[in-house]
Amino acid sequence: MKASDLAPAYDLVVIGGGPAGLAAAALAARAGLSTVLFDENPGVGGQIYRAIASSPVADRAVLGEDYWVGSDLAVEANASPALIVTGATVWSLDPSRVVGVSIAGQARLIQAGRVIIATGSLERPFPVPGWTLPGVMSAGGAQTLLKAQGLVPGGRTVMAGGGPLLWLLAAQILRAGGKLDAILDTTPRGNWLRALAHLPDFVLSPYFSKGLKLLREVRAKVRVIRIDRLQAVGDDRLREVVFGTGEGERRMPADLLLLHQGVVPNVNLAIAAGVAHAWNERQLCFEPVLDQDFETSVRGIAVAGDGAGIAGGTAAAERGRIAAIAAVRALKPEALVPDVQTVRQRLQRESMGRAFLDWLNRPADSFRQPEGETIVCRCEEVTARQVRDTADLGCEGPNQMKAFLRCGMGPCQGRLCGLTVTELIAAQRGTTPAEVGYYRLRPPVKPITLAELASLPIAEAERKAVER
Amino acid sequence: MRTADVVIIGGGIHGCSTALHLALRGLKPILIEKDYAGRHASGVNAGGVRQLARDLAEIPLSISSMDLWERIEDLTGDDCGFESQGTVLVAENKAELASFRERVNDLRLRGFTHEELIDRAELKRLVPAVADHCPGGVVSRRDGAADPFRTTQAFRRRAIEKGAEVLEGVTVTGLARAGANWRVETSAGLIEAPKVVNAAGAWADRIAAMLGEPVPLTVVAPMLMVTSRVAPFIQPVVILRGRKLSFKQLANGTVVIGGGHLATSDRDRNETVLDWEKLAISARTVWELFPAMRAATIVRAWAGIEAYMPDGIPVVGPSSTSEGVYHQFGFSTHGFQLGPGTGAMMAELVATGSTNTPIDGLGIERFR
Repeated sequence: MKASDLAPAYDLVVIGGGPAGLAAAALAARAGLSTVLFDENPGVGGQIYRAIASSPVADRAVLGEDYWVGSDLAVEANASPALIVTGATVWSLDPSRVVGVSIAGQARLIQAGRVIIATGSLERPFPVPGWTLPGVMSAGGAQTLLKAQGLVPGGRTVMAGGGPLLWLLAAQILRAGGKLDAILDTTPRGNWLRALAHLPDFVLSPYFSKGLKLLREVRAKVRVIRIDRLQAVGDDRLREVVFGTGEGERRMPADLLLLHQGVVPNVNLAIAAGVAHAWNERQLCFEPVLDQDFETSVRGIAVAGDGAGIAGGTAAAERGRIAAIAAVRALKPEALVPDVQTVRQRLQRESMGRAFLDWLNRPADSFRQPEGETIVCRCEEVTARQVRDTADLGCEGPNQMKAFLRCGMGPCQGRLCGLTVTELIAAQRGTTPAEVGYYRLRPPVKPITLAELASLPIAEAERKAVER
Repeated sequence: MRTADVVIIGGGIHGCSTALHLALRGLKPILIEKDYAGRHASGVNAGGVRQLARDLAEIPLSISSMDLWERIEDLTGDDCGFESQGTVLVAENKAELASFRERVNDLRLRGFTHEELIDRAELKRLVPAVADHCPGGVVSRRDGAADPFRTTQAFRRRAIEKGAEVLEGVTVTGLARAGANWRVETSAGLIEAPKVVNAAGAWADRIAAMLGEPVPLTVVAPMLMVTSRVAPFIQPVVILRGRKLSFKQLANGTVVIGGGHLATSDRDRNETVLDWEKLAISARTVWELFPAMRAATIVRAWAGIEAYMPDGIPVVGPSSTSEGVYHQFGFSTHGFQLGPGTGAMMAELVATGSTNTPIDGLGIERFR
């Protein structure tokens, strides 16, 4: 598939081929919308079902049945009339739904009747001292290696953090024959108090029995230590992990430290498209403001999946279907679509237990709001002290902070520092992240080469330039 | 009710510079900014500090500004990231070079020597990376570039240190005579002052309209993009005439590409939407002119909202209807370099009623 093979316009452009995107594209295309799905990876699946069609991990038990559910979604989407384009990077989306996409070094602008953003989530930044050392990586990165290449960590491996995905990855590594020296659990004990009120819902939800089983499986094989401080130490690479428990400081030699403290919506494309976002205090992240069909503040643009607020893979697929039904209703009201109420009920069931998990796994302030020389922005090497000091000088928001310190201006475009910078400014100025806001983000939301940009057909634009 | 010697409307580099120069003269200005200082064009422009290729009417202000740029740290307490490595206007063919020669000769006759014609060899010496087909150009050797947001903030900060008051997040809702004073209605209450400076950029026509002197201002948002870091390969700022391009490698290795292609803008919502077809034209121009840039990666693109006048030059000088009011807006996508000198001139004009820097041809009465 080349960029020049794309049509100039589609009824529906779906961005991201995880559960939400796959379900949305399949439903909309079946109902008769001309539909294209772009995914930047070599295959569909998103992070949760990464490499679903190509994973070398043959033993289904290793990744678990919840992973293999993804293949049904992929098969369904592939069998539908939707055009599924992998290796396609969407770098721009504007409020009139013009989508900038690059495929194999060639760029095109595509007009979409409707857009469903299904770009999922990112791991929350975990800025502890030493987190930029070689030998420290995100648990999600390790999971990608396992799913796509069947690789498990070798050497002395320590995992640190909290949240359901941490335990899932631990179990997957162990089942695949990997070894973990310890799991350092950063979940604050006090979280139980807030979570308790939501326990009844959780007990009734599918998460309950799965979660308990997973915890038991991992705890039977790995030492779990509850910690309240964490530091990665080494000169040119990780040598040891230093952590604080109730009883004092401890050290553990390690070759690999896997960090994870939950996931947050990947907001870059939606913010760049002008979509209004709001702070979610329970999940400690920004998420798009959405109506019941997952439509955003920008007409014709919806966000489905974890990008709409973290709810997990099964919920993501249902959200994708709801957004797709809305797209079909808007563009082709006479088409047959599944009953949306039924889908909403399934989504409702899927969401039970989420509040409990969110409150229970809410990361401690000290793991989100670093101090001193801890790096906050990895691209531009900006420290927590610099951000805090600049906030003290009167810098009120992340956009001014960019101008002062260049934080968030590197190639990652704030994905690894955005929330940290917002929270640090809020903490330092005694206000809330909602007040402080997030980076103003601009396309390209993914870097493109000058050559790619130069490859855009511009006959039309040249004509306009002369007229002006 | 607050009082001041001067109310300045607009916290761009012009408003902040005028505030500082008024404070340096011992006057008490209050600056009102609807967002925050440097939020729009002053904070996000390409940072070019250029005397080259200016309209004749602006040259005196540009030259007096250049003198201030060269001692910007003394003036503001910050070096503002200013670096003087010249601006080069590249001729892409012989016909262009011939017209540049005419211009440089004309400037000589008028006594201006900052523009200097260069041949192919000197062009290659100044800009080794430029494509071989270019036969020469014009250089202005004192020109350079600075960090726009930092500069605007430096003027704001020093103005406050010298006694100016800066109110951010405050909008002007009305302007009326009150005896010898002007009464400025704002979202933070009334302010009275004998003098008012309208430095409201893309919103300045609304202030002028309150005074009964409407101006044909267009709201524009020139687009810029910046690449990831590449090995240092170019020192001066490079601009073109025939095609729209400005090109500057910053000290950190990133390259800022601009030139005046416009985004669509909505000044009521502080919003701009980039036009990628036009950015692609800039990308092609760079592709042709600097082959070394072809593999560079574009990491960000943006646009800042500002005012454009029909004749492409600013409105600077006294109001034609309202005594005590002065205009300083409409810099038509090239106002950043003019900020320091125009602020100094405006402070002189407001404080003394006249100025030694010629501003003929820039008055608002030309739109009557």
